[in-house]
Amino acid sequence: MFDFENIVLAASVEEAVAALSANEKAIVISGGTDVLIKIREGKLAGCDLVSIHDIPELHGVRLTEDGCIHIGPTTTFAELTNSPVIMERIPVLGRAADTVGGPQIRAMGTVGGNISNGVTSADTATTLLNLEAELTLTSPAGERRVNVNDYYLGAGRVCLDHAELLTDICVKPENYQGFGGCYIKYAMRNAMDIATLGTSCLVKPGKGGVIDTLRLAFGVAAPVPMRARNTEQALTGKSYAEALEEIAGLVRGEITPRTSWRASREFRLQIAGENARRALEAAWAEAGGEV
Amino acid sequence: MLQIIKLTVNGKPCEIAVDRRWSLAEALRQALGLTSVKKGCEVGECGACTVLVDGKAVDSCLYLALWAEGKSVVTVEGLKSGDNDLHPIQKAFIEECAVQCGFCTPGLIMSAVEIVGEGRVYSRDELRKLLSGHLCRCTGYENILNAVERAVREING
Ligand SMILES: Cc1cc2nc3c(=O)[nH]c(=O)nc-3n(C[C@H](O)[C@H](O)[C@H](O)COP(=O)(O)OP(=O)(O)OC[C@H]3O[C@@H](n4cnc5c(N)ncnc54)[C@H](O)[C@@H]3O)c2cc1C
Ligand code: FES
Ligand code: FES
Repeated sequence: MFDFENIVLAASVEEAVAALSANEKAIVISGGTDVLIKIREGKLAGCDLVSIHDIPELHGVRLTEDGCIHIGPTTTFAELTNSPVIMERIPVLGRAADTVGGPQIRAMGTVGGNISNGVTSADTATTLLNLEAELTLTSPAGERRVNVNDYYLGAGRVCLDHAELLTDICVKPENYQGFGGCYIKYAMRNAMDIATLGTSCLVKPGKGGVIDTLRLAFGVAAPVPMRARNTEQALTGKSYAEALEEIAGLVRGEITPRTSWRASREFRLQIAGENARRALEAAWAEAGGEV
Repeated sequence: MLQIIKLTVNGKPCEIAVDRRWSLAEALRQALGLTSVKKGCEVGECGACTVLVDGKAVDSCLYLALWAEGKSVVTVEGLKSGDNDLHPIQKAFIEECAVQCGFCTPGLIMSAVEIVGEGRVYSRDELRKLLSGHLCRCTGYENILNAVERAVREING
């Protein structure tokens, strides 16, 4: 038995935000793979819940005519990986989702929960940062849009007001067309483990084998998932060969990971540089860049 | 705090009274006596509580009983055929000596049901990944892999 008080099973977004605004103590539960664990640990014991588990409008992946890909926040990792739209257009996001936990967790955990928990190791977060995903936040007052790069406030905190729900994750065509991508999860075990360091790279090759656009993001390199913007800028317009040469050093000069029980700062710096290079290599190959 | 939910369990429609705070594992064990559903870690790490919900293997310890409303749940008890024979996957587990204490077995068998249901064969590496949400405290992983490999081959090969 879980130690929570009340639960509202919302059937629509309207019902969910109404239930949230009516109860200051209420917490959103989607797939529950974080919230139920926190209730078990006692951190959220005695809370009230608003379940968005079975709201049809929040679920599934949709491609609209303008080329935008809309990902419903309650879409599970497994559904993301197996979505034909994702497989064809943003396969790197599906592969990143496929590194989470194990099969059962991937059938339960949702992509909306993965970014809304504000956790730095979240396996889909870095790729969504690179894709400049636009989030729709819905409250009783209406909707607002926030770039996922502005979503994180600090460890465990995102810019959701109490009665606000994440209702859409939109990836625009200019942020995936022409890009190749790669996500590397470095962990102690091949499954059922949290990333020691996550590296996501998107690259769009330009004419003559130069880097047209580079997007590089890390998990567990800072309190929240982060973009390595200095590295991205320094390598834009460089040749692929130069970029491969310089990326590791640039990354190690930019990020400031911490020592934790999983790994030391020095180790994280080491693998961040190396995995950035490997991720660039794989992303470049996927994009069909000249070598 | 009791609430009636309607769902299909092992092919049979049923209505059960559940505490709103129960996990699906608790509802299956306590309201329906389906004790093949094991409570191991109760935090999604071990897979002992794995059941199928609408055909997907999930950890029933991390799934609210209320969420099962209107859904179809399958446990090992539902694998029994009309003549009370074991399911081919269960037979494969016996053939390959894949059962030691047996605590992890029902969960693994339900994942195997999902895997076999895909209707294709898998490499051993793919099977390792597909079974990675299970822990066997007796550490009999090789035989478990052999059993699932055998079941997949016999049914889909
Ligand atoms: C055994 C195990 C292994 C795991 N392994 C990994 C791993 O390898 N990699 C990884 O990244 N994660 C892992 N996780 C963590 C977890 O599965 C993921 O973070 C998952 O994405 C959480 O999604 P959920 O829907 O289950 O979240 P929930 O628990 O339902 O919610 C998580 C948080 O987000 C909020 N929230 C959810 N949806 C919304 C919404 N639409 N609007 C507003 N707020 C919302 C909730 O209020 C809560 O604060 C693991 C968890 C377990 C139990
Ligand atoms: S008891 Fe559910 S995963 Fe361990
Ligand atoms: S057989 Fe004992 S836990 Fe697997």
